[in-house]
Amino acid sequence: MSNPNTSSSGESHGSVSSYLIGFVLAVILTVLSFGVVMSHSLAPTGTLAVLSVLALVQVLVHLHYFLHMGSGSEARWNNIAFVFTVAFVSILIVGTVFIMANTSMNMMSR
Amino acid sequence: MLGRLSLSAIPLDVPILVGTFIGVLIVGVAVLGLITYYGKWGYLWKEWFTSVDHKRLAVMYIVLALVALARGFADAIMMRTQLALAYAGNPGYLPPHHYDQIFSAHGTIMIFFLAMAFMTGLFNFIVPLQIGARDVAYPFLNNLSFWMTAVAFMLVNVSLFIGEFSQCGWLAYPPLSEMQFSPGVGVDYYIWAIQISGVGTLLTGVNFFVTIVKMRAPGMSWLKMPVFTWTAFCSSILIMATFPVLTVAVALLGLDRYFGMHFFTNDGGGNQMLYLNLIWAWGHPEVYILVLPAFGVFSEVVPAFSGKPLFGYKTMVYATCSIMVLSFLVWVHHFFTMGAGPDVNAFFGIATMIISIPTGVKLFNWLFTMYKGRIQYHACMYWAVGFMVVFTIGGMTGVMMAIPGSDFVLHNSLFLIAHFHNVIIGGVYFGYVCGMNFWAPKVLGFKMNEAWGIRAFWFWLVGFFFAFMPLYVLGFEGMTRRINHYDNPAWHPWMLIAEVGAVLILFGVVCQLMQIFVSIRDCNKPENRDFTGDPWNGRTLEWSTSSPPPVYNYAIVPHVSTLDAFTHDKENGIDTRQAGGQYEAIHMPKNTASGICAGAFALIFGFAAVWYIWWLAAIGLVGVIATVIARSANKDIDYYIPAEEVARIENEHTRKLMAQAAE
Repeated sequence: MSNPNTSSSGESHGSVSSYLIGFVLAVILTVLSFGVVMSHSLAPTGTLAVLSVLALVQVLVHLHYFLHMGSGSEARWNNIAFVFTVAFVSILIVGTVFIMANTSMNMMSR
Repeated sequence: MLGRLSLSAIPLDVPILVGTFIGVLIVGVAVLGLITYYGKWGYLWKEWFTSVDHKRLAVMYIVLALVALARGFADAIMMRTQLALAYAGNPGYLPPHHYDQIFSAHGTIMIFFLAMAFMTGLFNFIVPLQIGARDVAYPFLNNLSFWMTAVAFMLVNVSLFIGEFSQCGWLAYPPLSEMQFSPGVGVDYYIWAIQISGVGTLLTGVNFFVTIVKMRAPGMSWLKMPVFTWTAFCSSILIMATFPVLTVAVALLGLDRYFGMHFFTNDGGGNQMLYLNLIWAWGHPEVYILVLPAFGVFSEVVPAFSGKPLFGYKTMVYATCSIMVLSFLVWVHHFFTMGAGPDVNAFFGIATMIISIPTGVKLFNWLFTMYKGRIQYHACMYWAVGFMVVFTIGGMTGVMMAIPGSDFVLHNSLFLIAHFHNVIIGGVYFGYVCGMNFWAPKVLGFKMNEAWGIRAFWFWLVGFFFAFMPLYVLGFEGMTRRINHYDNPAWHPWMLIAEVGAVLILFGVVCQLMQIFVSIRDCNKPENRDFTGDPWNGRTLEWSTSSPPPVYNYAIVPHVSTLDAFTHDKENGIDTRQAGGQYEAIHMPKNTASGICAGAFALIFGFAAVWYIWWLAAIGLVGVIATVIARSANKDIDYYIPAEEVARIENEHTRKLMAQAAE
């Protein structure tokens, strides 16, 4: 539509090189994760810890290189949407863990 | 070749279904024959099926919703009749296998295809007009959403005549819905209907979110936005946040059934309680997705028929937003009895009670809007006031069940059934029907018949109390939901009263059909015709354009300086249409067959996946993806309406206005 205040499209779509960097980083992180599990080189707790860190870094890589968080004039809406998503996902995950753990304890089902 | 599909899948041994099938066949052939006889196929295809115009899609959504109402209500009255008969040794006329399908289909259809379709229809019609936009942000997605919803509804209805529908209730709880206990195709029909319509709903959420964020008329800041648009906005956010949860939960159930996985089975490390947790993390926000727009309708209707601005606009907006956030925090109240400890149940019980505060704020706002107003008791106002009474009762019984201790007594009893019908009929359904009566002149160019509307209201209201108040009593007497027959003599009289209520509601539905018929028959009578575009002395932008609006909605994009922009313009003598002004060519989206095409492939895919016809499922899935890719590669998707054409349409409308003023 041609409303003067609504036709902006200021977000950055990234360049080929930024996508490539992101892709390579994502592949490295994925290979590392599989490597840690498949090589059995760490104790289970160590494996879990390393996996969690790798997963977190993976999330950040995706956010920065693929979802273009925090860049361009549309950053405000992007960030609001992202904060809202994180809030909702946290409610869901924390709530689920809270509910299911409490239920398991109470029902002695695990 | 045909998977598990064979001739024995057609339920020829069930006379009710055979009768229904013959009836549907006769009506279907008659309708198709009439369309062919009058040569309307080209018109339907060009003007409706392939249309990306939000106004056309709105009408199609509402027609779909009314068809779903007919199906869902037929299920309802069959259940009530069964329970009125099936007492003390009488098995009734519905064997359990059939009865279980009926209550499952009733819930699924009423929520996903009546309520959601009706809501999307209202969004489509009103939101772009109310914010001064010419269409939604993604017109093609809008058309695709409609067809996804429509084919999912077709899939549910195909299950009537080929195979069976789910017998696991409207949310298909495992372990009953797992392969071990439901080896038939019923749950698979349910899964694919939910998944396909879920795509449509999610796209609708995205579409309206972007439309409202990006396409408001110049000057319409957030706190100058009409309340209906606010509620549509909050609903869209809830859709985007929660429908993926539904999709994942149902997909995991599908993996269990199709690939022998163990997410929700009792063996193999699964946990069926996680399904309840996930499905209600969607299910509770879902009821607010439905009821918020109904609140929005009342917030437009009550001021219009009270001749006053809405009392407490800002508190209304804040209440809507806080309901939106709180609705994420209450889902456990659907399964207090699952076995969580006091910590969990107390937290979610209190959160549930808190939701009633912003809802109460809204109720008082509507009452204060009416206070000292010049109230016109139009049919819309009947629905609005009826809503306030019925919904308040439903809300109070909801707070009763929010107390975990009392919920342990009432859980899954008919008390619960009475409660949620109390809020969904009294809130959602009354709201949408009210909205349909209110905006019909805008959509169609003529007013709906009021006498039949008021008759429908009274039958619905009185019928509602007869049908559901006995269920509260039965809940206290210990009758659980989804019972096929019973022996307790104390229950029988109440079930008979509920049956009377169902029959009264049937009269209500018939009156609504009569209302539609009479309105169309009398559409050319001068008292029904609306040329001005503003039959109710409306307050918001949508009333400033002609009825029905031209394809581009606004020849000149309106500028907004206050809340209730149209009232402001009328009071200050501003010519909102800027008649006779300088028009410019208007950029519009072109019709497309991609939506109906993708929908047809989705139907093929869903049907084939239900019956394990894998080659056909592959064709369907590839077809959907290929259609969408082909559509995105198509550059020929828009056109310009030349300025002369705009001027011609606008001048013609001005002439009509002057002719009417001269009469």
